Amino acid sequence: MKRKLVIALLIVICVLVQASICPMIAIAEIKPNLLIILTVSFGLMCGRREGMLIGFFCGLLTDLFFETTIGFNALIYLWVGYFSGYFYRIFYDDDIKTPLLLISVCDLAYGVVQYAFRFLMRGRLQFFFYLGRIIMPEVIYTLILTIICYQIFYRINRKLDLAGD
Amino acid sequence: MKKNANENLKNKYLLIGLSVFCVLLIGLSFANSDVVAPIKQVTGYLVTPVQKGINSFGTWLSGLTDNFEDAENLREENASLKEQVATLTEENSLLVQEHEELERLRDLYDLDEQYSSYEKVGANIIAKESGNWFDIFTIDKGSNDGIEVDMNVIADGGLVGIVTEVGANWATVRSIIDDESNVSAMVSTTSDQCIIAGNLTLIDEGSLELFQLTDTDNAVHVGDKVVTSYISEKYLPGILIGYISELNNDSNNLTKSGYVTPVVDFRHLQEVLVILELKDYTPSASSESEASAEEEAQTESAETESESDTEPGSVTE
Repeated sequence: MKRKLVIALLIVICVLVQASICPMIAIAEIKPNLLIILTVSFGLMCGRREGMLIGFFCGLLTDLFFETTIGFNALIYLWVGYFSGYFYRIFYDDDIKTPLLLISVCDLAYGVVQYAFRFLMRGRLQFFFYLGRIIMPEVIYTLILTIICYQIFYRINRKLDLAGD
Repeated sequence: MKKNANENLKNKYLLIGLSVFCVLLIGLSFANSDVVAPIKQVTGYLVTPVQKGINSFGTWLSGLTDNFEDAENLREENASLKEQVATLTEENSLLVQEHEELERLRDLYDLDEQYSSYEKVGANIIAKESGNWFDIFTIDKGSNDGIEVDMNVIADGGLVGIVTEVGANWATVRSIIDDESNVSAMVSTTSDQCIIAGNLTLIDEGSLELFQLTDTDNAVHVGDKVVTSYISEKYLPGILIGYISELNNDSNNLTKSGYVTPVVDFRHLQEVLVILELKDYTPSASSESEASAEEEAQTESAETESESDTEPGSVTE
């Protein structure tokens, strides 16, 4: 129960920070994606089920605050969480290399899906511009933030595990 | 082992279940946005105060770092400002002349009070869309302050965007540089109609796309003012958008396209004004005027001018 509460709080905090602090630290108008970090980290540390649920609620909250179509982000983050859950117990979660790799793959996929469904559909064809100007910078910036955030999430998770036992 | 397989199956069911739920939600919000509106209201109501807090903390933080940069920048800025003062004084004298002309023309058009007397409410930007793809932001005023959907948002004397959703104490605004934004506009000197659209590929230039400009007399030049059009469904007429920075002939030789530099500094936007007035939009009248606008595009003669001159009158009535 305590675990659920803490994680719910963590999701809300991340969504809020993503919307209010991240625009302030944006470099060249590109913000890091904190929600991908959260979703992938917990998917990796706790398995598919948790990753999936955290991703779903992260996405749903962003949708509720900013989007006119509800459910699109929720769907993407849901699958991101589920996918990263596959790596649960295959890799040691105190090693930063796996989350770095996984997060970059997921963020790249997230960007491509966003482009495909919301830009390509409207006839914006210059994929390589979007890849070079939006998607890749976001991946790189997110990776830098991962180095800090993953440690925090890792510690929170450890504490919760210990408290749970 | 069996337990593990069971768990796997459960996870798959959950994944499929939630995916279907998401797809349903997407479909639902496409079909009828009223259904999800109440949920949004509640979440917005709970979150806005928190976001306000975080935002003011963040502003304080960035204010601290700004202090260091400021000292260096100030010297440079001072030098450039002095230059600017010189050019501005020159411009000012020109503007005074133009202002007198404007006064006369306003009397002529009887538009005198219409634009300056809109009731407005100031609001702070408290959050921005979380991804990098769209330019949507949340402000800290909502229906409690009289804001409604489709109200125009301005800042720095120029158009910022339009209210897309409203809660009790918050509202979301789609800015005109957003990739999905389209504004029906016109060139203020010639009243030629055009469309101003945001485009993410112009993120570095910070400019807007201009297209379908019907300039049959070749009277529109780079540097001309672009304002919101009379025939727009949602935007009040005559709000300044920006200045034309580039203009090219389209391959059809009938219309022109180019780029517009907005007057609003979207990167450093913090406070905005919401105009508490909705455009009186009657579908029939608008479709008529839009049809006439299309006719304008096709007739390549001086008729254009006389037609567009009569239009404002018919709409403002």
